[in-house]
Amino acid sequence: MEVTITVNGTPVTSEIEPRKLLVHFVREDAGLRGTHWGCDTSNCGTCVLWVDGSPVKSCTMLAAQADGHEVTTVEGLEQGGVLDPIQQGFIECHGLQCGFCTPGMMMTGRWLLDNNPNPSEAEIRDCISGQICRCTGYKNIVASIQWAAEHPATSEVTA
Amino acid sequence: MQTPAPVDYARATSVADAIDLLEKHGDEARLLAGGHSLLPMMKLRLARPEILIDLNDLDELRGIRIEGEEIVIGAMVTHAEILDSPVLAEHYAIFREAEKVIADPIVRNKGTIGGSMCQADPSEDLSAVGSALKGSVVIQGSGGKRTLALREFHEGPYETKVGDAEILIEVRFPIRPGAGSAYEKVERRVGDWPVASAGVFVVVSGGVVTDCGIGLTAIGAEHFCAPDAEAYLIGKAPTEENLAAAAQLAADACTPYADQRGPVDYKLHLARELTLRTLRKAAASSQGA
Ligand SMILES: Cc1cc2nc3c(=O)[nH]c(=O)nc-3n(C[C@H](O)[C@H](O)[C@H](O)COP(=O)(O)OP(=O)(O)OC[C@H]3O[C@@H](n4cnc5c(N)ncnc54)[C@H](O)[C@@H]3O)c2cc1C
Ligand code: FES
Ligand code: FES
Repeated sequence: MEVTITVNGTPVTSEIEPRKLLVHFVREDAGLRGTHWGCDTSNCGTCVLWVDGSPVKSCTMLAAQADGHEVTTVEGLEQGGVLDPIQQGFIECHGLQCGFCTPGMMMTGRWLLDNNPNPSEAEIRDCISGQICRCTGYKNIVASIQWAAEHPATSEVTA
Repeated sequence: MQTPAPVDYARATSVADAIDLLEKHGDEARLLAGGHSLLPMMKLRLARPEILIDLNDLDELRGIRIEGEEIVIGAMVTHAEILDSPVLAEHYAIFREAEKVIADPIVRNKGTIGGSMCQADPSEDLSAVGSALKGSVVIQGSGGKRTLALREFHEGPYETKVGDAEILIEVRFPIRPGAGSAYEKVERRVGDWPVASAGVFVVVSGGVVTDCGIGLTAIGAEHFCAPDAEAYLIGKAPTEENLAAAAQLAADACTPYADQRGPVDYKLHLARELTLRTLRKAAASSQGA
């Protein structure tokens, strides 16, 4: 079947098998490898991206379901060469080690702050509770999201 | 890499259209709601439909509304929408308390109440909520609509009374002025399926329990409920002694099996303890006359 999915504002049209998962469409058809693909079982959250502004685990959604919809991936956070505060927060607070979980953490973190600009630590931990990081122990991920909350309009790229 | 087997895909444009598609394709077709149970089962080849009929465009299956003396939740309402609903929170605390511990915020954006009921997983949390509140479901086929009590809806694990060419369109709950309700779950880690959960509502009026419902999941309670425990409480004062006796009757209605989530005696202990805690809380918050 032919689908057209708008990824980070650009329509991507592709002939796909209906069984294709959205995570594979984004990585293969749209060519954007920022969205990672890990457990395959909706448990790790590294594949989180937004469909129509709402985060989903893209390993558990068909690309066919996103036909005609808007997808935002981690590549869509940066605007005009300026990093989003959530990305800046991960730099400032050393929010990643291997970086495998990072795209999902950033997409969920950004969504949280859009809905709740000043979340408590408990709210941050609850929001990322469906996502697994094997490296950081989460402390610095929480700190990174807190940093972004405290610097909503940062535009300074320091790294 | 886990990927579903080849499958066709169609988007239903209305409930009637979905029913037409189901009739055309027979039992080779499966409805796709949130997909958060069906797609994992397809990846594992536990389900191998030939065509998926996507319900996600059907606005007629969305929304939470009050109709007369009932709360009506459309089949495509998501866990996240149930969690955030002021209408549900006003009438029944049990919805928020259960939804807070179902999966995680991202999964809750996709999973639906209709999918949860029709999946009929023996550990489904919303099945305990539905049974506790003695809700009902409306099922539609080409012959029209029928309403069925949730306590008669499940045929067994992963089996319901929804026919091959039928759709669950909404779930209904009676409003009970003054009812208190609560939900408690024990899970191995945040976001996991329950080791055991209990959910109840209680109406206390004139110092005695005048109405109550007890729902249990993951521990082998038939139809996710404990009718003997409910009957025991009616007409009795909600004292610690009476609530504890009812909680024991609720545990007696359970037939859990041992698995990686725990041994039988532990699960029976949870059945009793979680029922007692939720009964205490619900009785204390009941505003009955
Ligand atoms: C990581 C993870 C953790 C989870 N943790 C929990 C948990 O702790 N507790 C819990 O209760 N659940 C949990 N779930 C399950 C979650 O609640 C699912 O969303 C739910 O079971 C199924 O809803 P769905 O909308 O995704 O249904 P789908 O997967 O789309 O459908 C499930 C089944 O129902 C059928 N169906 C769907 N809608 C209808 C309809 N309207 N009429 C007739 N048939 C229909 C489908 O054909 C399919 O057979 C978890 C899921 C995941 C992925
Ligand atoms: S790859 Fe999607 S949740 Fe792990
Ligand atoms: S940084 Fe390695 S998994 Fe999170």
